[in-house]
Amino acid sequence: MAASATKIAGRFGPYGGRYVPETLVAALDELEHAYAEAQADPDFHLKLDSLLRDYAGRPTPLYFASRLTESLGGAKIYLKREDLLHTGAHKINNCLGQALLAVRMGKKRIIAETGAGQHGVATATVCALFGLDCVVYMGEEDMARQQLNVYRMRMLGAEVRGVSSGSRTLKDAINEAMRDWVTNVRTTHYLLGSVLGAHPYPTMVRDFHRVIGREAREQILEKENRLPTAIIACVGGGSNAIGAFYEFIPDKDVRLIGVEAGGRGSQLGEHAARFSGGAPGVLQGTYSYVLQDENGQIALTHSVSAGLDYASIGPEHAALHDSGRAEYTSVTDAQALDATLRLARTEGIIPALESAHAVAECIRVAPAMNPRDIVIVNVSGRGDKDMGILARELKLSGE
Amino acid sequence: MPIQFSGKPGLVAYLTVGDPDLQTTHNIALAAIDAGADVLELGVPFSDPLADGPVIQRASERAVKNGTRLHDVLGLAADLRIQRPGAGLVIFSYYNPILRFGLENFCAAAEQAGVDGVLVTDLIVEEAGEYLQALHRHRLAPVFLAAPTSPDERLEKIAAASQGFVYAISRTGITGAQKALNADAEQLVRRLRRFTNLPIAVGFGISTPEQFAAVGEFADAAVIGSALVATIEQAGPRHAASSIARLIEGLRGVAKEPAVPAR
Repeated sequence: MAASATKIAGRFGPYGGRYVPETLVAALDELEHAYAEAQADPDFHLKLDSLLRDYAGRPTPLYFASRLTESLGGAKIYLKREDLLHTGAHKINNCLGQALLAVRMGKKRIIAETGAGQHGVATATVCALFGLDCVVYMGEEDMARQQLNVYRMRMLGAEVRGVSSGSRTLKDAINEAMRDWVTNVRTTHYLLGSVLGAHPYPTMVRDFHRVIGREAREQILEKENRLPTAIIACVGGGSNAIGAFYEFIPDKDVRLIGVEAGGRGSQLGEHAARFSGGAPGVLQGTYSYVLQDENGQIALTHSVSAGLDYASIGPEHAALHDSGRAEYTSVTDAQALDATLRLARTEGIIPALESAHAVAECIRVAPAMNPRDIVIVNVSGRGDKDMGILARELKLSGE
Repeated sequence: MPIQFSGKPGLVAYLTVGDPDLQTTHNIALAAIDAGADVLELGVPFSDPLADGPVIQRASERAVKNGTRLHDVLGLAADLRIQRPGAGLVIFSYYNPILRFGLENFCAAAEQAGVDGVLVTDLIVEEAGEYLQALHRHRLAPVFLAAPTSPDERLEKIAAASQGFVYAISRTGITGAQKALNADAEQLVRRLRRFTNLPIAVGFGISTPEQFAAVGEFADAAVIGSALVATIEQAGPRHAASSIARLIEGLRGVAKEPAVPAR
């Protein structure tokens, strides 16, 4: 594998690239050009900014979590409230951007994959908004555990296609979406929902989420007049994390902490902690860390949160990991569930189970920090979709 | 290098190695060669075959489940090379199993086994720098895919990087049978001819003698994949080899004789 220079388009150190069937290359080139043109077009930015403000609800608040801070007795904790966005998660940032691009490219049919359903709901939403046809692929296991989001997508007019292959989760939904795209590539835009896949997706999706960190940086400077000690975000593919981290990368004193799904054990198949359990490889278009066996077969994964339940990780995270600029850790299903309850009871905020992984890491590290330290936790989504799982796991009575 | 096509068109047979088991694949491979396959594509089973339709997905899943590894595919190739010295042998894989094996290790082992060429479904020419160097060091022919959506400047690069033959994908889509052969296929072959004198094999969706013969009108070879894999699935381990022999003889029977070299 070429350890090429970072400057090559679509490479982050040795990671990233474009590992796809030949049939898709022309469409990826078309998308890359359309994106570059849009980037240079002030009208595109005006439209996107106005949608983000008036439709999605940006900027999102940076909220000082005083009761959580007090109860942990260490660092001052702020929450970046992406959960307050329209559709309930950060995913809408990227979907609005890509929908505008699809319209520019004249593509009237949109396909997407979804794990937790948040990206699927955001995709179905923008398709309704722009009058585009929408097909969302979702693993059957994920459909069962995130049923509310299946209803929401169908309510919005999207066709949800269940995927029964493999582990019936996000990875299998991406395979099916790729198969659809390769078949209908001339008419269809693949609205990929994370910083994964072939170039230009990891770069483009990151750019659409940079607004998270840009706002957070301004907001913390305004409130505290200094930069935070650490930013914590959960990492499935890693779109909310890269969005939260990116503007702080040059600020060398700000720790960037990504939290993977530790699942229910450290054996292969029981978690989705790619950095501790994986090795570099190619999955679904990109070269990054991949959970795999000694023969290069992709491993099954497990997480209580569908959005983190994936065998690979965005290539830019792989580069940030290797360079040491960002730290990556994992928390277990049980810790994430505890953190969900704790945030609900101390702050009145029910985070998505994905985001709860970041909250759990905050609960672990904040007490040992100095009260002068500031931690920003990116609450990437809200927990409504998880109420079924939470009710079962936390034994909440419905009677 | 025994990648050459005798009939018009030549016949490339794709098999998912290890489906239903390694020994049966071995028997099928011998039967396919004896029935008239010029080149065998030995498919390395992969957990996530995103370019494949349901038939090859299921075969791949069965082979992964019974533990078939790249190592086994190379072992099979070595046996076939000894037993059928004239057959063309191409390893057909997704990239990750090869990366995990190690690019250099893989190429050395493939050369040792007597493999002629390698085709990686999810590796495009722009990403193939180190791969091409390693293949060249070990005298292995890189076979690349050309698609109906590839513009001419890409076809030129694909043709320049390929050896043995160029694989022209008959239509946009995944592997699997289709009723009619798409007009895309002939147009793509015509565009490719401007950039190469290599034989051109057309694949994806070819399953009937009529389609096979039709490909012979404009291309040098036809790749038969899902039709073989589906036949193996239906026939079961005991009858798979004889069913494949009949299928290939059937395709060959309708194809035009005699063998006229394409160029």
